[in-house]
Amino acid sequence: MKPFPVILFFYHLAPLMEPVMSLQPVLMGNPIARHIMQYVIPLHCVQQNPSIPSEQQLNVNSLNLTSTNLLGESISTVIVLRLLPGVAVYTGMETKMALNYQGKSQKRSAVEKSINAFLIVYLFILLTKAAVCTTLKYVWQSTPYNDEPWYNQKTQKERETLKVLKMFTDFLSFMVLFNFIIPVSMYVTVEMQKFLGSFFISWDKDFYDEEINEGALVNTSDLNEELGQVDYVFTDKTGTLTENSMEFIECCIDGHKYKGVTQEVDGLSQTDGTLTYFDKVDKNREELFLRALCLCHTVEIKTNDAVDGATESAELTYISSSPDEIALVKGAKRYGFTFLGNRNGYMRVENQRKEIEEYELLHTLNFDAVRRRMSVIVKTQEGDILLFCKGADSAVFPRVQNHEIELTKVHVERNAMDGYRTLCVAFKEIAPDDYERINRQLIEAKMALQDREEKMEKVFDDIETNMNLIGATAVEDKLQDQAAETIEALHAAGLKVWVLTGDKMETAKSTCYACRLFQTNTELLELTTKTIEESERKEDRLHELLIEYRKKLLHEFPKSTRSFKKAWTEHQEYGLIIDGSTLSLILNSSQDSSSNNYKSIFLQICMKCTAVLCCRMAPLQKAQIVRMVKNLKGSPITLSIGDGANDVSMILESHVGIGIKGKEGRQAARNSDYSVPKFKHLKKLLLAHGHLYYVRIAHLVQYFFYKNLCFILPQFLYQFFCGFSQQPLYDAAYLTMYNICFTSLPILAYSLLEQHINIDSLTSDPRLYMKISGNAMLQLGPFLYWTFLAAFEGTVFFFGTYFLFQTASLEENGKVYGNWTFGTIVFTVLVFTVTLKLALDTRFWTWINHFVIWGSLAFYVFFSFFWGGIIWPFLKQQRMYFVFAQMLSSVSTWLAIILLIFISLFPEILLIVLKNVRRRSARRNLSCRRASDSLSARPSVRPLLLRTFSDESNVL
Amino acid sequence: MAMNYNAKDEVDGGPPCAPGGTAKTRRPDNTAFKQQRLPAWQPILTAGTVLPIFFIIGLIFIPIGIGIFVTSNNIREIEGNVFMYYGLSNFYQNHRRYVKSRDDSQLNGDSSALLNPSKECEPYRRNEDKPIAPCGAIANSMFNDTLELFLIGNDSYPIPIALKKKGIAWWTDKNVKFRNPPGGDNLEERFKGTTKPVNWLKPVYMLDSDPDNNGFINEDFIVWMRTAALPTFRKLYRLIERKSDLHPTLPAGRYSLNVTYNYPVHYFDGRKRMILSTISWMGGKNPFLGIAYIAVGSISFLLGVVLLVINHKYRNSSNTADITI
Repeated sequence: MKPFPVILFFYHLAPLMEPVMSLQPVLMGNPIARHIMQYVIPLHCVQQNPSIPSEQQLNVNSLNLTSTNLLGESISTVIVLRLLPGVAVYTGMETKMALNYQGKSQKRSAVEKSINAFLIVYLFILLTKAAVCTTLKYVWQSTPYNDEPWYNQKTQKERETLKVLKMFTDFLSFMVLFNFIIPVSMYVTVEMQKFLGSFFISWDKDFYDEEINEGALVNTSDLNEELGQVDYVFTDKTGTLTENSMEFIECCIDGHKYKGVTQEVDGLSQTDGTLTYFDKVDKNREELFLRALCLCHTVEIKTNDAVDGATESAELTYISSSPDEIALVKGAKRYGFTFLGNRNGYMRVENQRKEIEEYELLHTLNFDAVRRRMSVIVKTQEGDILLFCKGADSAVFPRVQNHEIELTKVHVERNAMDGYRTLCVAFKEIAPDDYERINRQLIEAKMALQDREEKMEKVFDDIETNMNLIGATAVEDKLQDQAAETIEALHAAGLKVWVLTGDKMETAKSTCYACRLFQTNTELLELTTKTIEESERKEDRLHELLIEYRKKLLHEFPKSTRSFKKAWTEHQEYGLIIDGSTLSLILNSSQDSSSNNYKSIFLQICMKCTAVLCCRMAPLQKAQIVRMVKNLKGSPITLSIGDGANDVSMILESHVGIGIKGKEGRQAARNSDYSVPKFKHLKKLLLAHGHLYYVRIAHLVQYFFYKNLCFILPQFLYQFFCGFSQQPLYDAAYLTMYNICFTSLPILAYSLLEQHINIDSLTSDPRLYMKISGNAMLQLGPFLYWTFLAAFEGTVFFFGTYFLFQTASLEENGKVYGNWTFGTIVFTVLVFTVTLKLALDTRFWTWINHFVIWGSLAFYVFFSFFWGGIIWPFLKQQRMYFVFAQMLSSVSTWLAIILLIFISLFPEILLIVLKNVRRRSARRNLSCRRASDSLSARPSVRPLLLRTFSDESNVL
Repeated sequence: MAMNYNAKDEVDGGPPCAPGGTAKTRRPDNTAFKQQRLPAWQPILTAGTVLPIFFIIGLIFIPIGIGIFVTSNNIREIEGNVFMYYGLSNFYQNHRRYVKSRDDSQLNGDSSALLNPSKECEPYRRNEDKPIAPCGAIANSMFNDTLELFLIGNDSYPIPIALKKKGIAWWTDKNVKFRNPPGGDNLEERFKGTTKPVNWLKPVYMLDSDPDNNGFINEDFIVWMRTAALPTFRKLYRLIERKSDLHPTLPAGRYSLNVTYNYPVHYFDGRKRMILSTISWMGGKNPFLGIAYIAVGSISFLLGVVLLVINHKYRNSSNTADITI
């Protein structure tokens, strides 16, 4: 225990300001802990000014701060007190939020890692080439007439240079000569492609949301292609899968069902009591029920000061840690009972007759996860003391008179089937004598420093007995539009969806069913406090469960890890539910080797499950899970999507972070890599945009390495025919312009516009996403294919021209070509081949593609004429003068160029045909299998609401 | 989670989307480009569309190949103009040090470059304190054997064959790229202050008696200055023009070649050759191109047939035809 500095807030307290300021409050608290759910701090005030009345001091003294008092993000706590409007504990970097914040690290995509790997290979090739050439040069030069024939003498300086130094400079010269094999221009093009390409995301009108008047936002363009590589999706629940707006749907009072006429009509038109009475019920019971809804909650009212003189009711804004409570209070309001807020410890309620009733709030028995209910004790104006309690049916039913349950239970169960969150409401009258006792016990428990939780629990337990059931409510946590369809599409695309939420397990589970993360036939494996606490020793029980689950799963998937994505569709599906405390038990259990063992078993289980639900997660735990999955074997690509500040650390941790521009502020959206208005947009973002970006950039990368290899290979081969003298094959202008002008734009246009499969097919058939999973296009196989293709083409270019030059003359007038014509022929074939190769790969020919592809070739021809057409005054040598024009005057050269281009492209064309044949045969096999499958086919789309709940699932 | 759930009271809630037109919409433009829906030609490469290419290629390439092959083989018959080449082997005209050892400004008639040749010409830049014209290793090593051809007739006197010196260099080289230095009529005057390349017997202005073929614009010189691509090369030496249609250019008979041997090749293990050749529309005898065309055409045709058979086999055994992605 150590004291922490405290800042006191003063608000509308002018008369009391001074005395309060003179208090020296000291908070005794636990050391800073990032776990959000643990927070108990007793507040002690040292009175310095004796003039303060002692009751005031008492008021302050009797305060205990608990996690339920803690709200807010940047301020640790704002508590509402009569004297002390607020206390801020742990400010700045010590807030829970800051402690759970994770530093932003640079993210690099899998493609970039592949590029680096390729680069190392090519660097190796470059070094090898240079080394080979240098060695061979000195071998060749060991013959004196080769080293210095009479016609080609060295200068004096060259003769005097040290041999070692010469070898070194020769090595470097070869490096310079071959350096084009390292595609420097690729980095520029990749950056341009990423930057320009990311605009298509923000331009996409499908991502536009009317409600918030915004579309998608791209915060980084580095990760476009990563969207096509995602293996795991981690999603937040509230605000991401759900709308984060609870709606009061219906209620039942003594077994009679009440339902508003419409849900969409706003409050104003509802206050005049347009109720559909399915059945008449005692008016008193009805009012009691509505009063219970108005009183039994921790909702606060935020009055908007900005509007002066406006009536109170017009500016009512309800604030609560639970959106359900807001929905209930609003629901009560729709039936005529309006909660007007707390004033001096009195809760004010406006009833159906527009009268204001005041209830003194005596005690609030806060909600907690174990009790799964909350209560308030209020004193009516008449002096009666009433206890109102609301909670999960499983928590309330055992505590009310048995005969009342039956009628309500029917409704609760039906509502639960419909996917609503249900709560039961009960009340009891407390005799004044009893109240004295209860009051004492409560205060005692609240002030306890040791075992406070347990004592409180016991007292609460005693109080909340023998109640009378009034009714039940049904609140809908509305799923986001198309959330289920999106999840289903992601599943079909072979992605694993994990829901990470801070919510309770039951709520989360029902949402998971609603959004089809769990199907009706999904077998759930639970690793929660509930399942584990059955046993004495938690860890033993955990171990037992882990082993059991693993056995079950391994039995189901017998070592078919390679095709287990496909196996999902054929086997029993498994879902895993785990909660925060169990997770920390797994991850941080005793230091010995068993913890690693737990972890590995747990990961094995996770990998076999189609869907995983992690509930009760602290923000950092979310990140922890993401990191754990990220470090799995094969380092899968993770994507996190969330809307709140509590998702930020997870968003930052994962490979790709997506923020939803939700109701919980923009923190997630700002820290994300991409932000979209709704969860459903994830589908198009991954399946269409991600897929296309990946294909585009993967092709771009391969193409760049390919075109530079077949550019430089002839130059390498030429060294064998020029005495390893570093004589360049191509003119300097061609060397420079090759990557910049002649072959840059077609690939850039391709990498921006290509749609090898059109967007509609990509979104409608999620299985296509699997084709590119695991960085498929940048694996060794494709890389070798491109490299061999380049090597083949380079060889064809060089030796084709070499054999062409075996003749005396290529022209009909017998004149002879020199080395620059040789290089220009090779270069012309090269430029045409690599451009036409891209043309063969292009499946989406917009006018831009036509323009840049044919334009580049035309530009090459035009430039060559121009470059060779003038005696350039600034050039030392006029090597290229009329070389190109002279070259084209020869019919043989034309024929040779056409022939060489065709030979170079021949394997590619052949491959297209072979693929076609193979696809055809694959289709045939598939259609055969499909025909046999169709007998046992099952419906692909399951009805949304066809599912069952255990009664535990319908809990606040 | 410790979060503020903030919901507006329904009283003042209302639809969040204000109907007023004042609100600036940030809806992305619905243009074809931005929505990636540009009209596009999407080629569907199926066996059906690609296979004909093989046949077309085969049908085009094979006749071309045969044509080239026949033409190439016919070149031996000495009809029309005959071209006389000299060939050198193991001579690295494409060595980097050699290739750059020239000064194109000097050769273009630039008078300052004439007297101050480029440093690239080292060690053939200056001799005895005078600039060398033309400077550089290429010029210095110019082929200077003289080849003469004689027909040995029935009478014992050999008849010299007329060898034409002009028309062997590229037109642009002769007329634009290579220029004598400016000055008066006397070529010697124009080269004043320079010295001949070390290995040369005569200075550059005495290469030929014809003023239009002397100095830098001497065609033997220009041909030599176009560095060969490979260490074994041929260069055009002379033309033997056909005199009339009635007689072949070089009638059958015994010929003798008279070589004035100046050019040493044994030092670098080289060989000299003299080649007489006629030239067709496609240049000299070149079996490579013809054979390559025939080969590629045939392979293409054969593959076309094979793939067609495979394709038909699959199509016939499969009920689902016409599937394309």
